[in-house]
Parts: sequence; C-alpha cells; structure tokens
Amino acid sequence: MDTFAPKPSRKPPLSAVGPIAWVRANLFNSTTSSLMTLVFFYLLWLYIPPFINWAFLSANWTGLDRTVCEANPAGACWTFINVRLEQILFGLYFGANPDEVWRPIVGFILFFGLLIPLIVEGTPYKKWIALSMLTIFPLVFFALIHGEWIGRPVANTSQWGGFLLTFVLAFVGILLALPLGILLALGRRSEMPVIRTMCVLYIEFWRGTPLITILFMASVMLPLFFPAGVEFDKVVRAMIGITMFQSAYTAEAIRGGLAAIPKGQYEAAAALGLGYWRRTVFIILPQALKISIPGIVNTFIALFKDTSLVSIIGLLDLLNMAQSAARSIEWKGYDIEGYLFTGLIFWMFCYGMSRYSQVIERKLDTNRRDN
Amino acid sequence: MSDSTRIPLHRDPKVRAWVFQILAILVVCYGFYSIVQTTIDNLAARNIQTNLNFLTQVAPFNIGFSPFIDFKLGETTYWMVFFIGIQNTILIAVLGIIAATILGFLIGVVRLSPNWLASKVALVYIEIFRNAPLLLQIMFWNFAIFLASLPAPRQSVEMGAFYLNNRGLHMPKPIIADDVRFWIWIGLVTLIFVGCLRFARWAKHRFEDTGKPLPVFWINIATLVLMGYLAYRIAGSPLTFDVPVLGRFNFSGGGQIPLPLFSLWFALVLYTAAFIAENVRAGIQSVSHGQSEAASALGLTRAQTVKLVVIPQALRVIIPPTISQYLNLTKNSSLAVAVGYEEIVSLWAGITLNQTGQALIIIAMTIFVYECLSLTTSAILNWYNRRVQLTER
Repeated sequence: MDTFAPKPSRKPPLSAVGPIAWVRANLFNSTTSSLMTLVFFYLLWLYIPPFINWAFLSANWTGLDRTVCEANPAGACWTFINVRLEQILFGLYFGANPDEVWRPIVGFILFFGLLIPLIVEGTPYKKWIALSMLTIFPLVFFALIHGEWIGRPVANTSQWGGFLLTFVLAFVGILLALPLGILLALGRRSEMPVIRTMCVLYIEFWRGTPLITILFMASVMLPLFFPAGVEFDKVVRAMIGITMFQSAYTAEAIRGGLAAIPKGQYEAAAALGLGYWRRTVFIILPQALKISIPGIVNTFIALFKDTSLVSIIGLLDLLNMAQSAARSIEWKGYDIEGYLFTGLIFWMFCYGMSRYSQVIERKLDTNRRDN
Repeated sequence: MSDSTRIPLHRDPKVRAWVFQILAILVVCYGFYSIVQTTIDNLAARNIQTNLNFLTQVAPFNIGFSPFIDFKLGETTYWMVFFIGIQNTILIAVLGIIAATILGFLIGVVRLSPNWLASKVALVYIEIFRNAPLLLQIMFWNFAIFLASLPAPRQSVEMGAFYLNNRGLHMPKPIIADDVRFWIWIGLVTLIFVGCLRFARWAKHRFEDTGKPLPVFWINIATLVLMGYLAYRIAGSPLTFDVPVLGRFNFSGGGQIPLPLFSLWFALVLYTAAFIAENVRAGIQSVSHGQSEAASALGLTRAQTVKLVVIPQALRVIIPPTISQYLNLTKNSSLAVAVGYEEIVSLWAGITLNQTGQALIIIAMTIFVYECLSLTTSAILNWYNRRVQLTER
C-alpha cells in the first residue's frame, strides 16, 4: 500500500533567509537605519583596526627593559606590564621578594577555588562553602599574606599593595558591611522610633557624602577619635572608612528586599508564636536576603570600583601601583598601557559580577511568576 | 484579668521596646561623649587649637579658576575660598548633568534601535564605561590622552579666537561695556521670551481647537536667536570681548576652561551617560507594547507615537533613577582631587586643610555641603514621585 509521502516544502526565497536577509532586516531596514549603519561602520573602521594593530599585532610582549619598546614605538609596550606584573598584582613587598610570591598566589587560588563552586549551579554543600568563605577563608588568607602565623617573613598591612590590596579592601568592606547592613536595614524598618531615627540618620549621613571625603576623614580624623597609644596604619583606617560607607549602601539594598516580603509572612510567623528575633532570622531574612542579592551585588560592584579612591590618600592599590610603575624612570611614558591593564582587571571583575547579578535576577523573576 | 495571667514586665513588648530604646540612646550618647572627650584630649596633647578664626584670615595660595567670584591673592579670605569651592562644584555638576543627560538619552535610544550594529555599539559603550572605575577613567583621559597629546601653549591649536593647548581652552570672554545698555538688552530678551511663551500657549489652544499642530519648539528657538541678536544691535552692542593673547609662556586675558575641568567633565559625562542610558532603556521598555500599537491604530505617526505616547510614560520610570545619577555625578566630581580642578574637596578638604590644619572644622564643612546637596536631591525626588503618583490610578 502506498503511503502518503509529502513533498518537501519549498525552501524560502534567498531574500527572506540567510545572511543577506539578516543584513537587510537588521542593518538597512530604513533610510535612517542605513545611514546609521554606514556612520557606525565608518567610525569602527577608523578606530578598531589601528587599535588592534597597536594593542596586539605590533605590540611588544617580551624583553626586560624599555629598549625593546623604544625600538618599536608603533606597538603597545606590554613588556612594561610583563616585567612589573608581580609588583602590580601583589604590591612592592611581594614584587621585591620573589621567594614569597607563592603566598598571595595560593591565597587567590583558594579564593577562586571557593568562589567557582559557589557560582556554578547545583553544587552540593553550597551553604558550607559560603560559610567557610565568610569565616575560615579570611583567616587563612590573612595568615598567608601576613606570614607570621605560618612562620614566614612578615608582610605588614602597610606593605600590601597592588591588586592584593584592592581585593583585601573590597573583601573586608563587603564582609563587615553585610552584618552591619542587615542590622541597619532591620533598624530602619523597626517600630521603635528612636532606633529607626538613628538608623535613618546613619544611613543618610554616609550615603550623602562622597567616599573620598570619608577617606580623608578616616585618614585625618580617625587618629583623633582614639586614645593615644591606639595606632592604626593607613590601610586599616581606609578599611574602617570603607566599611562605614558600604554598610549604608548594603542596608538600602537589603531594605528593598525586606519591603518586598508580603505582610502575611510577618503575621503568619507571629501567629506561630515566634518572637521578633526568631521571626526575623528564620522567616523574614532568608527570603529578604535572597530577593536582595542582585541589589547587594550591585553595591559590591560599586565598592570594588570605588576602592581605587584609596590611591588618592596615598595607598598603593592596583591603580596607584600601575600608575607609579608607569611614572618610574625605567618606564616613563607608558601610562596608557598601565591604565588599560588596570582597567581590564577592574572591568573583568565588575562585568562578571554584573552578569551574575543579572542571572540571579532572571532566576528570581521566574520563581515569582511560577507562584 | 487575674494576676497569674498578666504579662510579666520583662515580657511586655511595650516595656521592652522602651527599655531597649533608652539603652540605645545611652550607648550612643556615651559613645559620642567618649569620642568627643578623647578628641579634645588628643587636640590638646598635639597643641592644635580648633576654632573658626582662620575663616576670616587671608588665604596665602593662588586659585587658578574661579569664573564668577573674584579671587585676589593676598585679599581673599578663607570664607571666600570655601564659596569658590562650592561654586566650582556646582559648575562642574551643572555642566556634567546637561551633557550626560543628552548623551545618555541618545545612547539609550540607540541601544533600542532596530539597527543591530548601532544597538551593539551602544551596548559595548555601556558595558565598558560603567564597569571601569571612574577615577581610572578620569586619570586615563587627563594624563594618558589629553596631557600627552595636546601641544604646549606656544604651539596651541588655533580656531579663530579660540586656542587649545595642554593648559586648557582659551577663549574670548564677554565683558559688559555699558551697564544701562546691557540691561536694556536683557529687558528686551525677557520680553521676547515672554512672547514666545504666549505663542506656545496660543499654539496649544489652537491645536486643541482645530487639531492643527505647529512646530512650536523650532519657531521659538529661531525667534529667540534672531530677535535676541536684533535686540542686541538695537541696544547698541553692550558687550565687548576680552581676547586671549599669547605671552611668552602662556596666554593672558580672555576666559579659560582649564584642562582639569575639561578632563573631569569629559570622564564624568562618559561614565554617567552609561548609567543614564540604562535608565532610559529600562524606562522605554517598561511602556507596554500595546501602547504604541494603540497609538498607531489611532493613526499617529511613528514620531508622534514616540513623542506623545511612549516618552511621557517612560519618563515616569526614567526620571527618579536619573535624579539619583545626578547626585552621584555631583558626588563623583570630588574626584577632581586627582587632576587638580579646584572644587570643594580638592580646594577645601585638600589645599586649605593642609594650609591651616583645621581638620575637624574643614571636614565638617565639606560634609555639610554634600549633605545639603543630597537632602535637596531627595526632596526633589520625593516631590516628583508624589506628583507622578497622583496621575496614576
């Protein structure tokens, strides 16, 4: 018996599919659009190929001093970054002691070893990894970098620099600001007028002032606030300033999450006979924190970028380290390379975090729709 | 209620709340008290006298840029230095806000354009500029690009009476030659402006009555420019121009936009525009598609749909976060310290602090300025949000 064999349907005309149609629909779909395409294409053509040539094709990668770069001025001088890499990443102390460089390297490997399973979906024991990230990791990291507890030569906080210092400032700011921010956000929504007013004043005070003023304040005035004999070095002062500043922003992000919890959750928890703290810790915060993760990550991004301001009060963070390396006699005139390399490191972290927060946001969004 | 069921005092929420709050007040007060006390002791131990006397003293340093307040070395007091700092902060903020709004709007619209290339270019712009530290961007433009590529004053790029070099842009500065005639001109311009407003109102009425639109905006702009120039000639050209003249090392006379101001402005605008563009994109996307479909069903053209239907609704979503961005731009202008533009932080909390050593008062005054700016901004925001909410159902 014959079975019905349908004729294969005709292929769509070439003008409706394929690259030509795509170009038509997306680049030349109207007069304005065509004009725009041409203008943008011209601009890109003008700037991108020379940049690629400068940054990659004719760039200098190897060598030990500036003679290589001077011989070939048409290309970027990545030799500078290459030679000064350890100094830019880990600061003057580890840049000068190649035998100790393994300490920050192990520290960062540990950090990423904990971070990656946290980001990847479906890792088991995520809670424990997160907990060790927040508690054990900082201690181990400090032991590694400082060196006293592990019997290595001591590198004091004032000797930390480069990306290492940027990372430490951002991490400490985030770590300490999180609990402070939770308390402040709870206080701001409290029913007790005195507590609420205090929290509002605190949050608005720090949010109204630029970080650079706060850093000036921390470096100039903080020593006055403590009795004689209590001495902090500049790094610790900057950490205190950054933590205060960051806690206000974290508090606002968490307040957004708290406000999004339906009232029924509070009432149901109260009806079950839970007191304020148990209600907050077991019912409200787990939900509120989850909702506010994107907001909190956004404050992380802002903080990570803002740590570069410590270079103004004279700390040798990533930006300042690259800049002072580019202003040293050996490498004078290679600012652009220094700034671009620094910018790339900052950019990778910030872009990564912002993508992550978008993914989380999307995930939370679908959850809400399912309910 | 029998005694056995009455809540014991230590379990009564009201009592507990009050005890807790009183405790909190005591702790905070004690904290403040001990900090103030230690500070006083420390100041005494270091022999620092904290008082306001220095404000009436004459500032011993030069200020290069003060467009509206006259600065004279050897005469201007610290009080005026403080106001010059505020003036320069407001100046960079206003210039930055205007440019960042325009650029941000443009990029936000291009981001949503159906043109693939344009949209991707806008996306790359946004992602590059908002994910790199602003300080780095300011330094990059100032030190690596402008300072390195612009010529010295003697080799300035000449554009008519404008000169561009690594100190900044020198340009002719208008000077009022005759007060009376100048005010006559201002009066005439005001009259023209009022006329334009009347015309706009008349055109609106006509549009509502007959449905015939007029290009009011362009007509008014053209009228203002042409009639304003005519009035200037009628008043007898009351302005003269002070043209910059090249001296041995630098220009003298004329107005100047110093390079630090320009670099700071440039970097602030590029950075803030990326955030504003995201606000604009989110705002336009928040207007549901049905709105523009309904508008085209009513026979509105695409331009009319955007102008009369989409933008007014999108603005409600766009404006609040954009006002916060304006505040951020103002606060970020404090990064002028890095390039040496003389606004409140670099002039007051930087130079003046180093000169006088009055850390407490100077930092407090600086913070006060920013708190005022931020309170003003949040007042505007609250007012706007309330107004918008009224039009919502």
